[in-house]
Amino acid sequence: MSVLDRLAPELITGAPLLVMQGIAKRYGPVVALEDVAATVWPGEVLGIVGESGSGKSTLLRMMNLEDTPDTGTYTLALPEVAGNLFDLDRFARRQLCARRIGIVYQNPHQGLLMGHSSSGNVAERLLVAGERRFATLRARAREALDVSEFPLNRMDDPPRLLSGGMQQRVQLAKAIALEPALLLLDEPTTGLDVSVQALVLDTLKRLQRDRAITMVIVSHDLGVIRTMADRVMVMRRGRVVEEGLVDQVFQDPQHPYTQELVHAKL
Amino acid sequence: MSLSNLTRPWAAFSYGFLDPSAKREIRRKMIKAIAVPGCQIPYASREVPIARGWGTGGLQVTLTLIKPASVVKVIDQGADDSVNAASIRRFLSRVSGAGETWDTLAATIVQSRHRIPEERLRDDQVLVLQVPNPEPLRPVQPNMSIARQMHADADYGRLWLVLYEQMVRSGRIMQGAAYPALVNGRHVMTPSPIPRWDVPKLNMARHLTFLSAGREKRLYAVPPFTRVEPLVFSDVPYKVEDHTRLTCHRSGLTGVFMNEIPQAAGGSVFEASDSHLGIKAIRRAEGDAAEIGPLWYQNGEFRG
Repeated sequence: MSVLDRLAPELITGAPLLVMQGIAKRYGPVVALEDVAATVWPGEVLGIVGESGSGKSTLLRMMNLEDTPDTGTYTLALPEVAGNLFDLDRFARRQLCARRIGIVYQNPHQGLLMGHSSSGNVAERLLVAGERRFATLRARAREALDVSEFPLNRMDDPPRLLSGGMQQRVQLAKAIALEPALLLLDEPTTGLDVSVQALVLDTLKRLQRDRAITMVIVSHDLGVIRTMADRVMVMRRGRVVEEGLVDQVFQDPQHPYTQELVHAKL
Repeated sequence: MSLSNLTRPWAAFSYGFLDPSAKREIRRKMIKAIAVPGCQIPYASREVPIARGWGTGGLQVTLTLIKPASVVKVIDQGADDSVNAASIRRFLSRVSGAGETWDTLAATIVQSRHRIPEERLRDDQVLVLQVPNPEPLRPVQPNMSIARQMHADADYGRLWLVLYEQMVRSGRIMQGAAYPALVNGRHVMTPSPIPRWDVPKLNMARHLTFLSAGREKRLYAVPPFTRVEPLVFSDVPYKVEDHTRLTCHRSGLTGVFMNEIPQAAGGSVFEASDSHLGIKAIRRAEGDAAEIGPLWYQNGEFRG
């Protein structure tokens, strides 16, 4: 073991939770992703930034197994799965997503059943995973909503009657209800006003601190990434142009695009 | 123009109204439905001389099953003498030469809407249920293509979600009729609009059940000795309608499913929903030898 290895934080020396390698995806002539690799260690928050169309959301959808690449492998270090997750059959894929991966979408309509109650939305996640006791469902839905700092007196209102910030909290409660190994956040605060944005980020930050959930957060807002992430990946035109610790990348950007991005922010 | 002008007298070629190719198609789909219990099998629902929604699905299955030695009983909401039941029964008999009956014990084919007879069905009897809406997922997923994918994935979480919300809103399960049930541990079916009272009758039953929706062009089956488990939370037991303390005001029967009949003077009286069982009970009380078979329920309790 070299001196550097011993000095490196424990986070980096352990085995990574998520490894993606050589991911490529084309939509006809359009290149969505080109040779993308990503690694996430347990308890870490990886931020992905990039302009619109840079492939960051496509990458996140692949992490949630909603989409498959043309080439590339994806592994999660979990006891129940081995090998490339893109090779899993439909059923195994769905089971894995339901039990181990939580996702919060930018648009709550994508992640929530708008006509059903908020607590029901959380309970559905537990139902899909096989929970069949009503009392347990009720208690765990309440707990997950509470942890997401959702006002419990509104837990049986349908999300369509709730404000944007609250809808995001319901999505978050749904995502963390099963204590997932991996939490994916796709622009979780975009479209919320600044004060609500700060509150939602606060909740996320606290959750991360208390439960050491491994997160991947996609955003085009550098502020969000700076607050939330440990490491950051900068994407452009389907490629990763720069990767490193948040402070390092934002203080001393190497790639011209990152320099532009950081400069534009400042 | 009457029915006798429209229907030819029966001949070997088109026995039982439907032409042979139609019957072959339905028969194949019925075998498929038996092979995959509870799975909805699409079929080419043919024109029959009653309106869609009045039992065309059940009628086509019955016409396919029927033979001259058959004895048919047709029930509409428990009654044999309603217009719809009587006309379907007469039509079946006219085109096939099969016998007609009101008695569950005498029937070989029982076509029904809304009810399963109170007398236990035997292994030589076939129950055909008319189904208006065969898709249990329709209330939670209006897109039928996605609903079929959900069936393929056995993705039934949302049906439990509906029950969860009923429990949250009302403190009990409010689903009255068409209670979703898991067949053979795999497919969830809607057992047509039968009340909760009748769902246990399908579980591990000795008889074969077909459920057929003519307008929706889907049929499914519960073969004999197949598990049919209503969806329930493990800590909230399945409850049938509590009709234990009700007495039929005409026949004096108790412990069977009752219809409530409001009275002009206010209040209401109850009447056995299975009308012919009521008739037999009255005959027995009058001293006739009317045989009543073993019942599914005794004193309002289901006997496994």
